Amino acid sequence: MDTTTRSSAVRDGLGVGIAVGLSGVAFGAAAVTAGLSVAQACVLSLFAFTGASQFALVGVVAGGGNLVAGTAGALLLGARNGLYGLRMSDLLAVRGRRRLPTAHGVIDETTAVALAQPDERSARTGFFVTFVSLYLTWNVTTLLGAVGTSRVADPAVFGLDVVGPATFVAILWPRLTGSGPETRALRLIAGGGAAIALATTPFTPPGVPVLIAAVAVLAVILRRPK
Amino acid sequence: MTVWWAIVITCAGCYALKLAGLSAPRQVLDHPTVQRFASLVPVALLAALIAVQTFAHGQQLHFDGPRAAGLGAAVVALLLRAPFLVVLATAAVVTAVLRHVMS
Repeated sequence: MDTTTRSSAVRDGLGVGIAVGLSGVAFGAAAVTAGLSVAQACVLSLFAFTGASQFALVGVVAGGGNLVAGTAGALLLGARNGLYGLRMSDLLAVRGRRRLPTAHGVIDETTAVALAQPDERSARTGFFVTFVSLYLTWNVTTLLGAVGTSRVADPAVFGLDVVGPATFVAILWPRLTGSGPETRALRLIAGGGAAIALATTPFTPPGVPVLIAAVAVLAVILRRPK
Repeated sequence: MTVWWAIVITCAGCYALKLAGLSAPRQVLDHPTVQRFASLVPVALLAALIAVQTFAHGQQLHFDGPRAAGLGAAVVALLLRAPFLVVLATAAVVTAVLRHVMS
């Protein structure tokens, strides 16, 4: 076993886990601003533990939206974790009951750190270090953000309502700023998705336009049938 | 549906999706089109969420100047390669200051 690559996997995991975990403050703040209780915000971070889905559900609640559509949107966003799982199952090589706790950690950040490692052993180290550090930080900061915001009479005065959409912009940014045909396709999807959502807003219950926006992906996939 | 039900279903569903991926027979789901759809779908959904949360209120299109400016500030911060939390803080501060000035 190469201790150098393993310790660099630990370093990667802690760096990503703590840095991203701190943005739990933003989630806690956004959740309470939307009208969720502190307990509701914390339950989502503890048991859903996948940022984009959590922000999506909270965003629909904030807009007074249809909760069925909001939940469906959150699950559609969560579906990508299932695909990460497909990719990670060989690498992690967990069997039986150990799969149950491990599955909870299969998200964007843990997958990214694991796949960036040079060998399987450090990939597993990277996965678990990221999972544990991110899980702890994300949940503690969710609580802090939610409690802090619940003491503020009107969160909009502090601009906290913009934190949700700004988070999505920051998550999307790296995927839209490259070059080449793939980035062009992604920009097309992003622009199409935004346009579809706004165009359908007046005619459908809040939360539904975001689901309809997924059609933009089909347009791009069907355009290139290979 | 109450907010608590939405939360419970979201939590259970998100966990089930993670577990399904880790446990699934790969030849069933490891199809290029499925992979491609899953990698692209978040882009459409996130872009839609940004648009709706910035320019819609309920079923009405509505322009909130300070909020849009805060989002613009976030983009500027990203162009300057600011860290994630700095991007969020910049957006909130710009929105808050503009609201204060305009009220």
